[in-house]
Amino acid sequence: MKAKTTDKIATFVICFFALFIVVLLVGLLGFILARGVSHISFDFLTSAPQTLRAGGGIGPQLFNSVFLLILTLIITIPIGWGAGIYMAQYAKPGKITDFIRLVVEVLSSFPSIVIGLFGLLLIVNTFNFGFSLLSGALALAVFNLPLMVRTTEQAFRAVPKEQKEAGLALGLSKWKIITSILLPAALPSLITGTILAAGRIFGEAAALLFTAGMSTPPLDFTDWNPLHARSPINPMRPAETLAVHIWKVNSEGIAPDSKDIAAGASAVLVLLVLAFNLIARWFGRVVYRRLTAAKRMD
Amino acid sequence: MEPIEGKAYMEQNKRSRGMKERHYWEEWTGRIYTSVCVVFLVAVIVSIVYFVASKGVATFVVNGVSLQEFFFGTKWSPDGEPMSFGALPFITGSFAVTVLAALIASPLSLCAALFMTEIVPKSGKRILQPAIELLSGIPSVVYGFVGLTVIVPLLRDVFGGQGIGILAGCLVLSVMILPTITSIMADALSSLPGGLRESSYALGATRWQTIARVIIPTLLPALLTGIILGMARAFGEALAVQMVIGNAPHIPQSLLESASTLTSVITLSMGNTAMGSVHNNALWSMALVLLLMTFIFVLLVRLLERRNRI
Repeated sequence: MKAKTTDKIATFVICFFALFIVVLLVGLLGFILARGVSHISFDFLTSAPQTLRAGGGIGPQLFNSVFLLILTLIITIPIGWGAGIYMAQYAKPGKITDFIRLVVEVLSSFPSIVIGLFGLLLIVNTFNFGFSLLSGALALAVFNLPLMVRTTEQAFRAVPKEQKEAGLALGLSKWKIITSILLPAALPSLITGTILAAGRIFGEAAALLFTAGMSTPPLDFTDWNPLHARSPINPMRPAETLAVHIWKVNSEGIAPDSKDIAAGASAVLVLLVLAFNLIARWFGRVVYRRLTAAKRMD
Repeated sequence: MEPIEGKAYMEQNKRSRGMKERHYWEEWTGRIYTSVCVVFLVAVIVSIVYFVASKGVATFVVNGVSLQEFFFGTKWSPDGEPMSFGALPFITGSFAVTVLAALIASPLSLCAALFMTEIVPKSGKRILQPAIELLSGIPSVVYGFVGLTVIVPLLRDVFGGQGIGILAGCLVLSVMILPTITSIMADALSSLPGGLRESSYALGATRWQTIARVIIPTLLPALLTGIILGMARAFGEALAVQMVIGNAPHIPQSLLESASTLTSVITLSMGNTAMGSVHNNALWSMALVLLLMTFIFVLLVRLLERRNRI
């Protein structure tokens, strides 16, 4: 009798807290959107920020975030996928593999601010890249590689062993098997993982304070020569991303409507990150359905 | 006697040699390319440790600040006369928010994980899992913004004072690390061998008895791993904490007083100090402390995993 009462109380407590988390999430998202969405307009999304007057937008920041994301992916994908393939296909169990695993684990647990400081020291100062999009992209690549390596390794390990054996039976080289048999099979989960990583890159700010910088030069959106200082696609110019902008507006914004700008920018950022998550899930589902349907046809 | 004579033989021989050569090259490009990627990862981590350590150690070796002053000194006045570099307030602040955040988030996470795996596995997964994943996707600056606009005014109204401080910091952090801890705990719970659970029920134990006396003791190392990883995240988080903690350079006497963490000081001061100055080097020493703490967290996780394998 007593055990049953305890059980009921415990079940109630667990359900209560689980529900509390759902309410917390709904409240959090609801607050961010309710506070910010009303401030989002075409003008807000495209115009440049104002430091003193009200009515500033987030146009350049939004562009910087997207451009930085693309640059980071260009750097991360070849290295991350390559290292992941090594871990899944070439690494033999032993001391060296254990060491590499430790490296990936430690690298993924480094605080992002430490990665930012490392970027400041090595990329910005020693390599003399200055506060630039390229420095930021390199720092974010470091920050993001371990995750990429892990998802790639998992994706390759998940491919059925028979497919690899079939390739070996045909007398193909290992690299040929990897690129023409395993990679196409692993690609859906690779892409899902990469989209999720992109969401993380998009929201990251601490590592960017000291690498991509906290300001954006006035951009001339008609000048697409990557060598010009005011060109938006010049990778060597400093760039403040959306996440960094939110931090800056919150901690030192002096425009009269800085609270509204922070709210609007936060809503945009959260909506974009949610969109990345939803696209990744949707993509995963579509591909899964296709693959299983293909199997059924055989 | 040769089976194939003359031209035909030479043709075939040449073709098979060509195949072999291509084979050889393909094999090696793959091996070399992927190995280079891995070597790059190792080079990155070595250079991170080297650069941060060489800067961080300079405070003590070049500038002559004593280890005792840095780790136990309570006075931080880099511009004062004489200068003093006691980092204890920031170290205390970092540990305080981390431990408090873990204390708040861990029970909540455990409840959420139990709800998902033990109580309503199907609908729990359908409602709670996406909620947890969405929570983990929200960027930290947005948490900071919400903390600044909701939690700080709330604390101000309830307890008086400014509202910023340790309490605001650890509340924001606890929500941030909730998804990390929950997802690791839920993974651990669902990987439990079925037999244990069923035998407990077969003995007539209630669900709570099963959870408290069988499941939790069995999985304790794995559950602790989740908490440690959450703490690692909280310890290294910079911007969200910096926005709500107030950033005063002394040890707070209450939870509602303004305080600082290692990360918040680095965030605020690094840009305003000249490279190579004592002040700057002291900030790098703090980064080194963060780095060492990361190693300690990883070590703890590894130790727990070893326990878990039994």
